[in-house]
Amino acid sequence: MYSLKELSKRPELFEAGHRACAGCGFPQAVRLVLKATEHPVVVAVATGCLEVTSTVFPYTSWNCSFVHNAFENVAATISGIEAAHSALPRYGKDVGPRHFIAFGGDGASYDIGLQSLSGALERGHRFLYVCYDNGAYANTGVQRSGATPRGAGTTTTPPGRFLDGKPQRRKDLTAIIAAHGIPYVAQAAISNWRDLVRKARRALDTDGPSFLNILTPCRLIWGTAPEETVDLVRHAVNSCFWPLFEVVDGRWKLNYKPKRRQSYVDWLRRQRRFAHLFDGRHDDLLAELEAEVEAAWRQLLERCGEVDDKS
Amino acid sequence: MTIKALSGNEAVAQAMRQIDPVVVAAYPITPQTEIVQLFSGFVSDGLVRTEFVPVESEHSALSAVVGAAVAGVRAMTATSSNGLALMYEVLHIAAGLRLPIVMPVVTRALSAPINIHCDHSDVMGARDSGWIILFSENAQEAYDNVLQAVRIGEHADVRLPVMVALDGFVLSHGVERVSLLEDAAVEAFIGEYQPTVDVLGDEPVTVGALALQDSFFEFRRQMAEGLYHAPRVIEEVGREFEGISGRPYGLVEAYRTEDARAVLVALGSTAGSAKEAVDLAREEGLRVGLVKVRAIRPFPAAALRELLGGCEVVGVLDRSLDYSGQGGALYTEVKAALHPLEGRPRARGFVYGLGGREIGMEDLVGLMRELVPSGADVTYLGVRE
Ligand SMILES: Cc1ncc(C[n+]2csc(CCOP(=O)(O)OP(=O)(O)O)c2C)c(N)n1
Repeated sequence: MYSLKELSKRPELFEAGHRACAGCGFPQAVRLVLKATEHPVVVAVATGCLEVTSTVFPYTSWNCSFVHNAFENVAATISGIEAAHSALPRYGKDVGPRHFIAFGGDGASYDIGLQSLSGALERGHRFLYVCYDNGAYANTGVQRSGATPRGAGTTTTPPGRFLDGKPQRRKDLTAIIAAHGIPYVAQAAISNWRDLVRKARRALDTDGPSFLNILTPCRLIWGTAPEETVDLVRHAVNSCFWPLFEVVDGRWKLNYKPKRRQSYVDWLRRQRRFAHLFDGRHDDLLAELEAEVEAAWRQLLERCGEVDDKS
Repeated sequence: MTIKALSGNEAVAQAMRQIDPVVVAAYPITPQTEIVQLFSGFVSDGLVRTEFVPVESEHSALSAVVGAAVAGVRAMTATSSNGLALMYEVLHIAAGLRLPIVMPVVTRALSAPINIHCDHSDVMGARDSGWIILFSENAQEAYDNVLQAVRIGEHADVRLPVMVALDGFVLSHGVERVSLLEDAAVEAFIGEYQPTVDVLGDEPVTVGALALQDSFFEFRRQMAEGLYHAPRVIEEVGREFEGISGRPYGLVEAYRTEDARAVLVALGSTAGSAKEAVDLAREEGLRVGLVKVRAIRPFPAAALRELLGGCEVVGVLDRSLDYSGQGGALYTEVKAALHPLEGRPRARGFVYGLGGREIGMEDLVGLMRELVPSGADVTYLGVRE
């Protein structure tokens, strides 16, 4: 696989000069995914922070072709482009190989665009869908999404007398996507860049739909300092909140098992969105949240055949 | 040229086969469904080279078609009613990105109450989305309009998507005599597509950027410019089409209006019935005529002023309500078009046929007998009050 030095020599398809916040996680995810491409790329991006910060007319940060259509239809949009590409040889116009990559935030992917995404995956278009999951709707000012972790304060789940942040658990989008039976599904994180680039490469080599879910902090949502971004992701991975795994042709495989498990509660403590849980009166809830992460991790280990004793 | 007995849906599907778009993405809804089914059959049988994308919704249908269009190819879909309503967001995007997509719309009432039959509330609800909108009087016109729509939308001065409306069931399912052009004649007429945007090209391009206070207004102004050019282009393409088919097309069609004291204005299949009603009324000695509006977007205001300026009363037939409390959309717009005229004719609105309620020859002739400047401003024809 690529070394950092080799990656730095590869073309930069997502240029500096975009207007994402200092410490935003998605520019790194986008750059790393694009570093794994071999052919000309067509990118489609859902409405959200990535789109609004990278294409303020007349500027663009994209050194590859880029399309923005709307919030909930990025998968359908890339379907149409891919369909055109696959039909063109029948019209005597073979434009050569292309990569098709759709990017959507967790709002675009877990919530409003899930139908469009599911349909495109089921139809089997050859494209990579990348969800950059920052755990809320950043662009409209930090509202909760289906990806927001339980207990997090957002502007639509503000902690108050009757609410301890978001009451519901987050949905497991990666597992939902895997249930579509598409050839390649993986979860990745910007802290583990080598793993991320390898997965992007593998996804792009897939003859059919592929999916990457990438954890990308947002300092506005998470309430953290810009310089902490990568370390927060590392902590999320080591706490097993965001495990790194892939599902290749239906077979689940764990890619990383933390040698030294970091505490999930400590991860929550580092973020302002969970501050209300640390007033000394929410220890039971914190214990529950930790138990939920543990249960999900156990389930993943089982899916990946990493649990030996069946007791 | 071949003459066939075809339903409107079959005629439209034949036009689509001859256009052979690179991508078709569509979703079934009555009364449009047959178009999707027939076209799928053409794909299965290799009669077209098209990639058919069987999407999971109309929102995705138009979204995928927008994707294909920015990939620099001809792309089509078709829908009705709730399907068109579901596309509403993307209609504006297709126009705003200046993509010459062609979409037949088989008109049907909007829910609720749910009703699968003909009225024009679906198309009227989408009339200000930046699309050019052509209505069809019969299956032949539906076929002819779909072919001309390709040329109109793709014209360098226009560059806008085009909807071709045909009345649900009345035209979509009624079988008529339709004259089809030879495949080669259609190929020559529509020509090679010259896209202005192509994300599959070698040069990277950014499509659908964020345009703020300093640029958005100019984009919209340019779009309006495309619509201003459309009337001329619709007429030019109509003349060229007449050259290969023998059938003339313009923005409006006048029927026995020269000496008419009262003139009806109508859309779609009702315009066909109204011609016969005009003949019957004239046999009774009534000096009446008809103007059929073919293009409702852009609205042919100048042509209507010319045709209607000399008569005493105009009766406008609307197969939808616009809830302004002033009748229907066509009525309101005809009145606005006539407003600049000194001594303009009186205009009366007639709302009819909602949810597929039939309008008979007797209704139309009766209406013309009543069409004197004494009646109510807005009349509901054939409703139980
Ligand atoms: C149909 C529609 N509904 C709502 C919006 C408003 N909106 C724009 S972006 C956004 C949230 C995006 O959230 P996410 O996908 O998580 O991306 P992020 O902003 O976090 O990058 C919303 C609600 C919209 N543009 N379109």
